[in-house]
Amino acid sequence: MRLPDTISGRLSEAELAANFADAHPPLTHAQAVVEAERCFFCYDAPCIEACPTSIDIPKFIRAIATDNMQGSARTILESNILGGACARVCPTEILCEQKCVHNTREEGQPIRIGALQRHATDWQMEHGGQPFKRNVLTGKTVAVVGAGPAGLACAHRLAMYGHDVVLFDSHDLAGGLNEYGVAAYKLADNFAQREIDFLMEIGGISFVGGKRLGQNLHISELRSDYDAVFLAVGQAGVRALGIDGEHVDGVMDAVRFIEDLRSQDKKTVPVGRRVVVIGGGNTAVDAAVQARRLGAEEVSLIYRRGYEHMSATPVEREWAQTNGVTVKIWASPVKIVADNGALQGVEFARGIVGSDGRPQYDLTDTFVVPADMVLKAVGQLFVPDDVQEESITISNGRILVDDQYRTSLPGVYAGGDCTPGEDLTVAAVRDGRDAAEAIHLMLSGLSGQ
Amino acid sequence: MADLRTNFAGISSPNPFWLASAPPTDKAYNVRRAFEAGWGGVVWKTLGEDPPVVNVSSRYGSLNYNGNRMMGLNNIELISDRPLAVNIAEIKQVKRDYPDRAVVVSLMVPCVEDSWKSILPIVEETGADGIELNFGCPHGMSERNMGAAVGQVPEYVEMVTRWCKQYTRMPVIVKLTPNITNILMPAYAAKRGGADAVSLINTIQSVIGVDLDQMAPMPVVGGKGTHGGYCGPAVKPIALRMIGEIARDPELAGLPISGIGGIGSWRDAAEFLAMGSTTLQVCTAAMHYGFRIVEDMIDGLSSWMDQKGYADIPSVSGQAIPKFVNWNKLNLKFKTIAEINQDACVSCGLCHIACEDTSHQAISKTLMNGERHYDVIEEECVGCNLCAHVCPVDGCITMQPQPVEEELTWPEHPNNPHRMHVGS
Repeated sequence: MRLPDTISGRLSEAELAANFADAHPPLTHAQAVVEAERCFFCYDAPCIEACPTSIDIPKFIRAIATDNMQGSARTILESNILGGACARVCPTEILCEQKCVHNTREEGQPIRIGALQRHATDWQMEHGGQPFKRNVLTGKTVAVVGAGPAGLACAHRLAMYGHDVVLFDSHDLAGGLNEYGVAAYKLADNFAQREIDFLMEIGGISFVGGKRLGQNLHISELRSDYDAVFLAVGQAGVRALGIDGEHVDGVMDAVRFIEDLRSQDKKTVPVGRRVVVIGGGNTAVDAAVQARRLGAEEVSLIYRRGYEHMSATPVEREWAQTNGVTVKIWASPVKIVADNGALQGVEFARGIVGSDGRPQYDLTDTFVVPADMVLKAVGQLFVPDDVQEESITISNGRILVDDQYRTSLPGVYAGGDCTPGEDLTVAAVRDGRDAAEAIHLMLSGLSGQ
Repeated sequence: MADLRTNFAGISSPNPFWLASAPPTDKAYNVRRAFEAGWGGVVWKTLGEDPPVVNVSSRYGSLNYNGNRMMGLNNIELISDRPLAVNIAEIKQVKRDYPDRAVVVSLMVPCVEDSWKSILPIVEETGADGIELNFGCPHGMSERNMGAAVGQVPEYVEMVTRWCKQYTRMPVIVKLTPNITNILMPAYAAKRGGADAVSLINTIQSVIGVDLDQMAPMPVVGGKGTHGGYCGPAVKPIALRMIGEIARDPELAGLPISGIGGIGSWRDAAEFLAMGSTTLQVCTAAMHYGFRIVEDMIDGLSSWMDQKGYADIPSVSGQAIPKFVNWNKLNLKFKTIAEINQDACVSCGLCHIACEDTSHQAISKTLMNGERHYDVIEEECVGCNLCAHVCPVDGCITMQPQPVEEELTWPEHPNNPHRMHVGS
């Protein structure tokens, strides 16, 4: 029997600092101007349509080219107050940059929209501060539950309209996935908190941590204490593998591993010598790459279907591969292999596309990947229990909202990952912003009564 | 191989590429490097009377456009600030060392006959091939009644030219200023004065930009700025027009033209030749990239001439002049229509918005299978070319000339209240 080799502190502090530094260093101003000048300034540009928050991309890029940095940043931030985080975490290769018309030219490289957006928002945070001012105060107060991208965007927009906002979150820090759920090198140098400080500069938003819906925070109370409620509680649950041995020591959720990395000193976070990551999304990639960068020798990312089915983009997949992660496909976990409770590895069954187009796995054709640590990244779930004390309608496992982000409960709105739609930071920002617009309309109507 | 040798008003050079009178030709050191690089000739930076002028520090301003440097350049430098004797000695030695190259000396002295009479023999003694009269410098020297201050008064141009023809056997080239409403007037004057040739254009009076922190025109000299002379690629269209005006004028027929103004490539050179030049003077492009640019100019011009079957420079020179006409001679029945190559189109929408906002609403925007699609509305297209110019993809939008049935110019057009009645 081999005991799992999982320890912390595999690398020196200097190595850890280098490994978790900014993965994609910022453009210099000169580089940004050269890149901005490449933009065709398309009319009715396809990149705008591809952005869930509909940032006027040609406009902000042109402003960089003309050295109107304040105007550039404002153009971004008025559509997306978390433009700095989105510039860093958005899968631009499947959003704005995918639609850049330069792609259709021979040898065409899309404009580096994400990098330019970062350049402009960094400038604003460094030189300009909060560009928006609050309207005349309305005396209305809104409870926003969940301080992730959706909650933050909603809070900012409501504060801008003159409403006061109390922002609740179960964590001690605001930020949601930006603070706890994204690879550290994507939002390096404490960016999530710096951006929240920047956002909060508008005033009128107070943050209350350690509040969990259904436990020490109740919708019924919020409804009576506040003029409106916005739920942006995200997805607190994770899917289980549903196989034998899932609860053996050393098998953990990838989101937990990522959160530990973000909230603890990296030299105290244990990592296996050999790590198996099960899943094919960005969480799987973030976990796998960070395991490597924490000092794991062998990291395999194993997905049950093909590359084309992965929700991680090809760019993310290649990022994992260039970081020394071995990517295996068409392998479904059958059981966790343990010896007297000591994790040994994961047994996988090989699969193919069946005649009906669905994957088929041959349980007689299996192989074992040895592992000291197994990270499960097979999907996150909204946990309805948190809101079920009220009769809020749940549909397909998420909170049902109408086109005004209204839940079935009057005065209660919802958005972000706890509602249907793509699970992207930028989509959550749009939800929060647009829900704030709807709440503002509703509150404006009330104030007229 | 095309024969690039030129004979310009009796001055011969192995190719038509000369360096214009400017900082690159201020000293023997630079000129020798230029000749080693392959330049066919130089016009030595303008000599004046002693004591020499004094130049300021901070001399150039650049107009950059969309990432491209020095689309236009302006300068506030004056003529050579070295003693006359130093220049003269260097010119003499350089000409001796490079007998096959053209060495022309630019001159500017006060509008006094004795001043010209005394400097000309000194220059002639160097063995230089000719002189160029700097009647163009639009800054500084013009405040002292020289340069453009002379060039703007045809009578002075004629007078000084005549003095020069009287006191030297060297060919006299009169360099014309563009800072004038009708370029033909000083050209006529030069011819009347006996000029052997003209060269144009000199620089254009300009303020290249304003330093918004110092609140002063650029280049800023100790907190203040002055207007300068504008040159570089941006002035090429102005130069081509003025050269063409002179080249097509019957009274000036046969007057050799040395073309100047934004020439940076063999193609520019070919265009200047086509509009009537026989030699070409370059400055900004050399100041931008160094003397080595002449290699591609020579090579490219030669290859193009071979492809087109032009054996030598005289066979290219002035080729476009018969087709350079007044607007009145253009056929109003001619029609050309934009055509979009849908395979090359990247759907940027620039053609659409340019036509929609600023022209004739002749490019439609639709969705075709969910993709942006742009089409020319032929009935609305006036053939203005704007869409073809704004399109970022080479060859994507082309203008298609339509069959022409007849010719109708403005003088005969029914809408013209002063039309000439055919047969009346």
